[in-house]
Amino acid sequence: MPLLEDGRLRPDDWTHVEDEAPLPEGPAIVSLARLRAEAASLAGRNAPLGVALPPETQPEEIAPFLDRLALIAVKMPKSKDGRAFTQIRALREHHGFAGEIRAAGHILPDQYAMLLRCGVTTVEVPEGTKPETWARSRDTIRIAYQAAQGADRPLSLLRRKLELA
Amino acid sequence: MNALTPPQYARTYRYDEIDREFLQERIAEFRGQVERRLAGELTEDEFKPLRLMNGLYLQLHAYMLRVAIPYGLLNSAQLRQLGKIARRWDRGFGHFTTRQNIQFNWTKLEDVPAMLEALAEVDMHAIQTSGNCIRNTTTDEYAGASPDEVVDPRVYAEILRQWSTLHPEFTWLPRKFKIAITGAPHDRVAAQVHDVGVLAKRNERGEVGFEVHAGGGLGRTPIIARKLRDWVPEAEFLAYMEAVLRVYNALGQRDNIYKARIKILVRDLGDEFTQMVEREYERMPRDKYRLDPEIVAAIAAHFAPPPFAALDDQPLPEDPEFRQWAEASVRAHKKPGYASVTISLKPIGGIPGDASAEQMEAVADLAERHSFGEIRVTHVQNLVLPHVRQEDLHALWQGLRAAGLATPNIGLISDIIACPGMDYCALATARSIPIAQRISERFASLDRQHDIGECFINISGCINACGHHHVAHIGILGVDKRGEEVYQITLGGSATNDAAIGELIGPAFSYDAVVDAVETLITTYIAHRAAGERFIDTYRRIGVMPFKDALYAPA
Ligand code: HEM
Ligand code: SF4
Repeated sequence: MPLLEDGRLRPDDWTHVEDEAPLPEGPAIVSLARLRAEAASLAGRNAPLGVALPPETQPEEIAPFLDRLALIAVKMPKSKDGRAFTQIRALREHHGFAGEIRAAGHILPDQYAMLLRCGVTTVEVPEGTKPETWARSRDTIRIAYQAAQGADRPLSLLRRKLELA
Repeated sequence: MNALTPPQYARTYRYDEIDREFLQERIAEFRGQVERRLAGELTEDEFKPLRLMNGLYLQLHAYMLRVAIPYGLLNSAQLRQLGKIARRWDRGFGHFTTRQNIQFNWTKLEDVPAMLEALAEVDMHAIQTSGNCIRNTTTDEYAGASPDEVVDPRVYAEILRQWSTLHPEFTWLPRKFKIAITGAPHDRVAAQVHDVGVLAKRNERGEVGFEVHAGGGLGRTPIIARKLRDWVPEAEFLAYMEAVLRVYNALGQRDNIYKARIKILVRDLGDEFTQMVEREYERMPRDKYRLDPEIVAAIAAHFAPPPFAALDDQPLPEDPEFRQWAEASVRAHKKPGYASVTISLKPIGGIPGDASAEQMEAVADLAERHSFGEIRVTHVQNLVLPHVRQEDLHALWQGLRAAGLATPNIGLISDIIACPGMDYCALATARSIPIAQRISERFASLDRQHDIGECFINISGCINACGHHHVAHIGILGVDKRGEEVYQITLGGSATNDAAIGELIGPAFSYDAVVDAVETLITTYIAHRAAGERFIDTYRRIGVMPFKDALYAPA
């Protein structure tokens, strides 16, 4: 599946790994169940490790593993289901997670700017997606009225210009 | 000054260049979304939440555009522009709602961008008037004027408006989210039946803080809110709001829209909900969300008192017809020599909340002449001129009469809240507007209405309860019973400090019989009332039985 970062498509080095499947050599995203079951052996691997965080799981539950994780994939089962926004913000704000946060599932370009403001890094987009639509949507509204993640300073004015990359 | 310039002393929030730029960007975004929909890049399913967040509903016969009136505040230039929009793109009417907004019920999709442009000319929009996001915050229609006010709620309503506008985390909530805020001990905003209800108050040092309630609501599961906290300091207001919304966004139900409001989560979790909010609040980096006193002061400057003259209170002229109107419509003001005036949008036999383009223009003119150009929309679908000189009241009354806006029925039995019901709404199971019209005609005699005294009748055309029937003294709910419209009656509801959900009195009444039933309730009250008692007082004293007996007695 194509991967979007900074409004452009980029190659994806990560592999989503099924629970029963053997782990590949390179960067791998495993399920939460597998992460829990095989924590010790996964930690011994030499390649970067990621986990898929289900929408109903609170980020606290993966707190013990965070220092071993390079990527967390959140999922939007439907574009209207906004739980991921709170998960992403909590990962950045409460857990100080600095790795890649990737959003997958049914996501609209119109949600891109908000995902970025909550702290997302990359978005898995459907085949044939026009990245320009995402970039345009991100850039349409350059003003925000509230504090969020990313390059934010403490709230010094209720409104400010967005300083997104 | 042109027609679009707001009058100098009308205290609506004044946009600056950044606010205007934001609005233009938002219109551009919506235009792009419409284009993508037309090009097939968005499915109707995907487009729907996007159009809803711009206030565009699909109703029974046409699109409806719901325009935000932030916390019910308008200046005369804005009201005149709404009149122009009604004339040009609707059928000459607008409909004021219980959420202090206005709806245009006959909107054509292709006209929407032009309507949004016309709104932007007077710093208005339709953003977040629908959709599963934080909606327009409502507040006290007498803010800045009422003698009992402790804190000016407009300041914090505006702060909430800015904070919630396109909030990156809270725009895809499980369900819509409505906040009401009051700054007076007498709750005029129905705080306890909102997703979040806020009571702004002061401590002994005079500092501002907030009592926060959450999880109230009407709809098919009416619930009185739970108090989360007695005191949130001003500086922590937004942090605490973030904490409430975070818990809701993470845990609110998403698989069943009837269980998705925060009221269900709060009801199910009980005190655990409060604890979760507290835990989130404790661990947040609070500096980041701190509400700086300088910002509060900057926003408060928008709502500074207008230049009131030093006046004395005046006796009212002897004219009896004027007196009857004044008794219903005029309210005490905190400044001597001034009064607040409520303008009834409930003419006998009319559609509750409707105003014609001409009436909007007339009110705009009268507001300029008599109330610093300021107008409020009330949650009972009327209008208010907040700051009128008592010496001008008679002239104002004549002006209102000329525009058909002087029905002296504020707070009386014909001051009915009714949802659009079957006349417009795709979800309706029964008509509600014609019931309101027929009740108002039955009690057309104003002498009789004044004798009956304060009595709130609210009507909803289905279980979603947009007409607030649960919190009416007499609530009427239209339901469908094997293809026939029938009406259930509840008694004893209240939306104020003593908030209560009305009690269902018995089997439903037919469309033809429901007005007689209301009349029976009223005659029963008259027969039992003690001196000075309102309908609700008598009901609370004698209970439901006498009313039940009167309604269901064998003939
Ligand atoms: C015709 C278009 C309308 C539709 C399709 C509609 C739909 C709905 C629905 C589905 C609910 C229930 C939401 C829930 O419980 O989660 C609701 C509630 C509500 N609606 Fe409407 N409505 C319409 C018009 C109106 C109007 C005209 C008003 C104001 C006069 C209004 C004010 C409200 C209010 C105050 C609630 C409140 C209950 C609450 O917040 O718990 N609605 N509406
Ligand atoms: S109460 Fe029902 S009929 Fe009335 S407006 Fe709401 S959804 Fe429509």
